[in-house]
Amino acid sequence: MYPTDYLYTKEHEWLKVTGSEALVGITDHAQDQLGDIVFVELPEVGKTFSAGDEFGTVESVKAVAEVFMPIDAEILETNANLEDEPELVNKDPHNAGWMVKIAISNPDQLKGMMDHAAYAVFVEEESK
Amino acid sequence: MSEFREFLIFERSREGKVGCPLPACDVPKPELSQSLGAAGARPALDPFPEVSEVEVIRHFTRLSQWNFGVDQGMYPLGSCTMKHNPRINEAMAALPGFCQTHPLAPDEAVQGCLTVLNTLGTYLSEITGLPGCSLQPAAGAHGEFTGILVIKALLQSLGEDRKVVLVPDSAHGTNPATAALCGFQVKEVPSDAHGRVDLEALKSMVDGNTACMMITNPNTLGIFESNIKAIADLLHQHGAMLYMDGANMNALVGKARPGDMGVDVLHLNLHKTFSTPHGGGGPGAGPICVCDALIPFLPQPWVVSNAEGLMLSMDTPQSIGKVHGFYGQFGVLVRALTWILTLGKEGLVRHTEHAVLNNNYLRKKLEPHYHIPYPAATLHETVFNDKRQNAFGVTTMDIAKSLLDYGFHPPTVYFPLVVHGALMIEPTETESRGELDRFAKAMIEIAEMAEKDPERVHAAPHRTQIQRADETTAARFPVLRWSAT
Repeated sequence: MYPTDYLYTKEHEWLKVTGSEALVGITDHAQDQLGDIVFVELPEVGKTFSAGDEFGTVESVKAVAEVFMPIDAEILETNANLEDEPELVNKDPHNAGWMVKIAISNPDQLKGMMDHAAYAVFVEEESK
Repeated sequence: MSEFREFLIFERSREGKVGCPLPACDVPKPELSQSLGAAGARPALDPFPEVSEVEVIRHFTRLSQWNFGVDQGMYPLGSCTMKHNPRINEAMAALPGFCQTHPLAPDEAVQGCLTVLNTLGTYLSEITGLPGCSLQPAAGAHGEFTGILVIKALLQSLGEDRKVVLVPDSAHGTNPATAALCGFQVKEVPSDAHGRVDLEALKSMVDGNTACMMITNPNTLGIFESNIKAIADLLHQHGAMLYMDGANMNALVGKARPGDMGVDVLHLNLHKTFSTPHGGGGPGAGPICVCDALIPFLPQPWVVSNAEGLMLSMDTPQSIGKVHGFYGQFGVLVRALTWILTLGKEGLVRHTEHAVLNNNYLRKKLEPHYHIPYPAATLHETVFNDKRQNAFGVTTMDIAKSLLDYGFHPPTVYFPLVVHGALMIEPTETESRGELDRFAKAMIEIAEMAEKDPERVHAAPHRTQIQRADETTAARFPVLRWSAT
C-alpha cells in the first residue's frame, strides 16, 4: 500500500528521493483521515524551509491540516494541477497527488525518516 | 415538514412586477455614473428580482421557518454554549432610556447608562477575580485581540521584545490567529495522554522569549486544566503572562475564579455564558478582565466615579486606544447585566452546577454507545467520537446528519483537532431532564441504526427540506451567483 522506495514521517508526509531532489506529498492514510480535500495551499517556488516547518495547508470538508517539511529544503516546483483538482490528493496520494518538488539541503536528515514497513506499523499503532 | 420546493427570489421574478409602485419621475433623471464616478456605478442591476410585496414576504417567511435556532429545540453545539436567551433581557435592552440614548449625549444626561457599564464591569471583575475590565470588544475573537494587545503594550512599556505566544493543540483556532495577527510567532503545546496541557513539554518551551500562553479552561475537551496554577507560576517565573480564553466560563461562574488561578487576562463571551443571543452574525460582546498590572493599558474611554457622579475618562496615557466605536455593544451589555441581576449570586452558582450536571447526565447515558477518547472527568461538555461506529463504516458526519431527522441541531463536529472524528456535545443548563432523555434516545437509536442499517445513516437526513448536500462539490466548485441559464 505504501510505496517501498519512499520515506515517511510521523506527520504522515512522504518523500520520494531522486539524487539531490525529492517529491513531497501526504500519505494515503493522511488523505483518508482528512476526507474529501477541497483546497491545497502550496508555497512559492524558491522559498526555503527548515525541518519541521509548515509549508502548506490542506483543507477538507472536515478540517484544515498543516503539511510539514520533513527536512531542510528549497522549493523547486509545486504541483499546479492541485489548484483545479485538489481531489488528486485523495485519488492518487502517492503519485499524481504530489505537492512540492524540493532540493535537499542536508541529506543526513533523511536517515531519521521511516521506511514503508516502519510507517505501516506506526499507522497501525497510532490508530489503536 | 412541507414538501414543496422553494424557488429562489430570482426565479420568481416577472418583468414589471413591483412591491411599491412609484409615480413617474417628473424631474430630469440623474446620471449615476456622473454622481458616483464610472467606477462606482454598475452598468446594470441584472439580474434584479422583480416581485410583489406578498411574494417577498412569503418567500422570506418560509425560509425563516426552515431555519433552526435555540428557540426551536436543543442546540448542543459544544464550546458554543447555545443557551436560552431569557426574554427579560430583551425587555430591559428595549427600555427607551437605553435604546434611544444618543451615543454623544453628555455624561450628566446618561448616568443610567454609565451605571450599567460600571456595574457590569464590577460584576465581571468579581466573577473572574480580575480587577480591571473593558467592555469594548465586540466578540470573543475581538476580546482575544484586545487582550493580547494589552499584554504587548505592557511588555513594550518594560522594554521587552518577546516574540512567542504558546497555544495548546486543543485550542480554538482563533487563539493562534489572534497571536499571529498581533505580530507574535505561535508555538503549539502538545496535550498529554489525559487531554490536558503537557506540563513537562511546556517546561521545555517557556523561556525569556515567551510573551504569554493562551489557555482555555476547562479546555475544549471539557476537562479542567488541573495544573493551571503550576502553569501560571511557570510562566510568571519567566516574566511571561497567562491569557485565558473564557469561552467555557459556563462551567466556572460562581465556582472558581481565573484570577485566583494566576490568570492575567481573560475574555468573556457574553453571548455564550451570559445568555445574550448569538449565531447569525451577532452582535456579540467579548469583554476582557485583567490583573492590576495591565489596567493602565486597557482601551479608552472607561467609566470613573467622581463627586458629580459617573463620567467617561480618557485619562489613561498608556492605553492601547479604542477597539470599538463608542462604548462597545451597549444593548448586549444591558442583556448580560440583566441576566446576572435576575439570577443573583446563588442563581449563578446553580446555573453552573446545572450545566455540569446536564453534561454528566448525558455523558452517562451515551457512554455505553459512543467512544470517549479522553475519559477524564468533564465539566460542561464532553467530546465523543465515531470510533465504534467506524467499524460499520459510519462516521461523525453521518451521525450529525441523522440527528437532524430527530429535530435536534447536531453537536460541534471534527473539533477539537486532537480528537479524530470528534462529536463535541454541550447541553447547557437550559435543557430539562426530559429533553436530555429525548436527545440521548435519538443518539442511542442512531448508534443502533449504524450497526443494523448503516446505509440509512449514510443517507441521512431523510426528513429535512433538503437531504444530504454534496458539501465536497459545493466547496470545490462554489456557485456564488444565480444566473438564468
